[in-house]
This record gives sequence, structure tokens and C-alpha cells, in this order.
Amino acid sequence: MADLHLTPQDEEMLSGARGEAARLAMRVIVAMARARGASRLLDVTRAHVDGCLYQGRASLDFAERMADAGARVRVPTTLNVGSLDLLHPDLYRGDPETAARARRLMDLYVAMGCRPTWTCAPYQLPDRPRRGEHVAWGESNAIVFANSVLGARTDRYGDFADLCAAVTGRVPDAGLHRDEHRRGQVLFRLSGLPPSLLDEDAFYPVLGYLVGAEAGTRVPVLEGLPASVSEDRLKALGAAAATSGGVGLFHAVGVTPEAPTLDDALQGRPPERVVDVTPDAVAAARDALTSAADGPLRAVSVGTPHLSVAQVGRLAALLEGHRVHPEVEFYAQTSRHVLAEAGARGLLAPLQRAGVRVVVDTCTYVTPILRRTDGVVMTDSAKWASYAPANLGVRVVFGSLQECVRSAVEGRVWRDPELWAGLGGDRP
Amino acid sequence: MTDQTGTRASLAGRTLVAGRARGRALVLPQPLSFWGGVDPATGVVVDRRHPRAGACLTGRVVLMPAGRGSSSSSAVFAEAVRLGTAPAALLLLEPDPILVVGAIVAQELYGRTVPVVLLEPEAFHGIRDGQWVELNASDEGSRSGAFVQVRQDQELTPPGTP
Repeated sequence: MADLHLTPQDEEMLSGARGEAARLAMRVIVAMARARGASRLLDVTRAHVDGCLYQGRASLDFAERMADAGARVRVPTTLNVGSLDLLHPDLYRGDPETAARARRLMDLYVAMGCRPTWTCAPYQLPDRPRRGEHVAWGESNAIVFANSVLGARTDRYGDFADLCAAVTGRVPDAGLHRDEHRRGQVLFRLSGLPPSLLDEDAFYPVLGYLVGAEAGTRVPVLEGLPASVSEDRLKALGAAAATSGGVGLFHAVGVTPEAPTLDDALQGRPPERVVDVTPDAVAAARDALTSAADGPLRAVSVGTPHLSVAQVGRLAALLEGHRVHPEVEFYAQTSRHVLAEAGARGLLAPLQRAGVRVVVDTCTYVTPILRRTDGVVMTDSAKWASYAPANLGVRVVFGSLQECVRSAVEGRVWRDPELWAGLGGDRP
Repeated sequence: MTDQTGTRASLAGRTLVAGRARGRALVLPQPLSFWGGVDPATGVVVDRRHPRAGACLTGRVVLMPAGRGSSSSSAVFAEAVRLGTAPAALLLLEPDPILVVGAIVAQELYGRTVPVVLLEPEAFHGIRDGQWVELNASDEGSRSGAFVQVRQDQELTPPGTP
């Protein structure tokens, strides 16, 4: 294990010569570097901060201490979701005291110079990180997208560490910042699956869920995805893999920037393990995402991670000429940036006419928004399906976007008989 | 490295977060995520799939092979320190930056230190549940700044102060 070498500027921050906020932030970065065995720190060009979601008093105490000490971010910094939809505050159903603290937390991060983007999909904002760029991103789905799809480099930064990286502009030279930790380790071969399956949006969160559970914290390589696979599908795949496992980077051969060939993805070495993905394994992962066998449909939630403009358009097309059943709430989550763009393209009117509630700045699984949690909620998100039962006490049915829309309209869970036909066997 | 003198063993480790602590060992055979796995209000392991579900970490010298899971564990750990339900110290087999960050921020905010020390496998596996452990971890960054004393007789009442 190498000793940590700090630059004179790093030492200055650590000594407090550049102020109390820089001292505290650098102390955290240095402790992380030592825990990771890093021999130096790296500059980052930007940060994405996840600490603006209220997790208890300690989150607020930290932000207050940093803001009082004069903390300002040194690099352009975007913000992840908070606990409140600041554009539609009436959606929040929690207690006012928690709401006030959550609001204060969000305000403090903006006061420290972060941009009020309030989205878990910062890669859907203009000016994205480029290949090879070192950044400090929080939020597991954003991390995996930045590393895998953009080819930027970020380790997994969580609460406190994200702001400390933004305030110092420095991170440990460790983990996914380094070539050797970006080597593919577990090879997933998809050649045993019916090709029609790879044309379904709903396949990608299921595949990601399966891959994350098998890979754990190792780097998965997927062989057999079509070269034309959309960013929205890769987003769903990565978010799911970061939910069921600790995946911060995946490679898709012929698709993602560091994997033009299988050999590139593996950095010229053999894989540590090979997994041939079978139809049965896909069916099992799909079924694991559904925790409810029956019960009245209370709500539908889509947009975890936040919807892209293309996804809002797809939702608008599916809802055209329909109305959500009066017994069902339909929530669609996105960022205020995408909201503005979708509005300018006329994509919001069909959603409003159909009775969909658009949620921005937050997400329905991290904060009390749903009116009723005693029935079944349907979602097309593996991440929502995984976390909502514990967070909200709901039971979940996982389905395609089309299944979600038609179920919401009919007021009961509707299944597309064709969707998984290629897998064979019955579904519950 | 293990110096056996009477009923005590002295072990050396690497300091990740400096401080002194004493308490009874609580050995977690598997990694634990504080986020979703520990209730900061009580210090109890609430992850039902964890083999030590139901155990209370408060005031214990917790031995854990590694951290696991969500990076929001930093905030949950700091919240446990704020509420006085945190472990007395953490002894790890693999370094865990997420818990280190939580411990440092909690120390800065609340002035309470939970030292974090990395042990070699031989030393780590030599400590058994319930043994009385005293540690003095200094010199963050050096390879052997932490000294850990373990009482070999698993007596039920701790020597001296609580």
C-alpha cells in the first residue's frame, strides 16, 4: 500500500489555511484516500451531489456546518433529487416539520453554489461529461451511466463525500478512476435469448437486475446487445444493476465507449467468470421484481430514473385518447429541465388530459407522495420495484410501460400476453 | 504481531479514524449496510437477512469484515453517532471509505469519536464475540498506528470502568 502524497495546495486546504470548509472537506477526502490506499488525489471537472435528499438530522447538520463555514463548490455541481417537488409542493403528504427541514437542506446546497437541477439523471442535462473526464458523481444510477455510457470516470461518492469533492475539486486516485479497476470481470453472454426480447424496453431493467445480482461489485461485460440500443435502455439496465448489486460500471461489447471489442472490455485478459443468460434466468429476475400477486391497483409510478424527453413522448403517445381510471393515481417523474423541453414540444398536454401527475425534483419512492399505500402499485422501473416495498410499505407489480398505461386506464393490472412470449413457460 | 502476555493479547492495526475506545466485541460474520440495515434510533441491526439481525451495536467494539451497500450509509452512521447509538469502535478486515466518512463527519459535527481500525486477518479472526477490547488508534495514515488489547478470558464483567 502506497503512502498518500499531497500537493502543497492539498496541504494548504488540510491545514485550514484556505478556510474551515476546505479543511473539513479535505480531511474527509484524505481519509477516503487512505482507506482506499490511494497514493495521490486527482482533479475533478464537475460534481453531482446526492446529499440534498433529507436522511435525518445529520444530513442537515453537515450542510449547515459547511454553509456556515463559507463552503462554495469549486467545480460546476449539479444536484440530485431532494425530498420535495418545489414546483408542485402540494404533492407532499408528509409532516410539515420534516418538509421544512428537507426544504432547508435543499436551499443550503443551492446557497453553496450547486445548480438546482434536482435530478437523478444529470446525464439528461446539456453539457455532459466526456470520455475520460474525471468527475465526482453521487447517485448509483448516475454513477453507472457516467462510467459506462459516457466513458467518464467516477468512483461511488455518497453522502458528505460528494460535497467534499465539489468543495475541494479533488478525489482519491482510486477505484473506477483507475484503468485497472475498469477491466471487465464477469462476461454475460446473451446469445441464448430470443432476439425479439432485445426489442422490448421492459427487458432491460430485468436484464440489469439479473446482471447486478450475479456480478455484485465486479465489472460486468454484456455480449450480444444490439449496437443500436438506446440510451434509455442502457439507463434502465444500469439503474437496475446498481440496485441489485454494487455495479458502478458495465461494458456492452460494440456499444459502450470502452468496449469496441470483447478483448477491449476485458483489457486483454480472460473473464473471471462467464454467465450464459438463459430464458429461465430472465423469467426469474422478472418475477423477483413483482411482490404482489393480486389486490386493487392504487397507483402507477414511472420515471425512476427520471424520464427523458423521448420517454415522455412515448408515454404521451400511449395515453393519447385515454383517461386514467378515477381509482388510480398515475405519477410520472422527470427533471424540470426535461419538463420544460417536453412542454415546448407539446408532449405534456396529452399527459395532463389523461390525468397524469407529473412529479419533478424528487421521486415517489423517497418521499411521501402516494395517497394510498395499501394496495398494489405498478411500475416499469426495477429500482422503484426494489426499494418502494421497504420505503413505503407498498406491494409492487413490475410491467412494461404499455402494461402500466393500460392498467392505469382499466383500473386493474393488465398483462400483455405477447411481451414475454419468447421466454416460454407461464407467468404468474 | 500478537504478543501474548497473561490474559491479554496486543494487536497492531492500521488507523483509519484515530481515537481511543473500549467495549465488548460484537462480531458480525457478514458485511452490513448501515443504510437499511441499522436503525439509528436504537442501534439495532434491522436487516432481517443478516445473521446478527436483532443485535444492538451501541457501545460495542464491532468487528465487521467489510462494509456493504448504499453510500447513504455515511449519513446513517453519523446519525447513529448523533443519537448516541453508534458502536464504540469499528474493527475492519477491508477498508470501507463510506463508514470512514461517516465517522469523520460525525466527529467534526458532534465531537464524538468512533475510531476505525483495519486489522490483519489473523488478528481480526482472533477476537471472539463478547471479549473485552481496548484500543488506542493514533497517527492516521501510518501502517501500524493502532494498538488493540483483547482480554483472552471472556469474563462477563468488564475490568474497571463500564
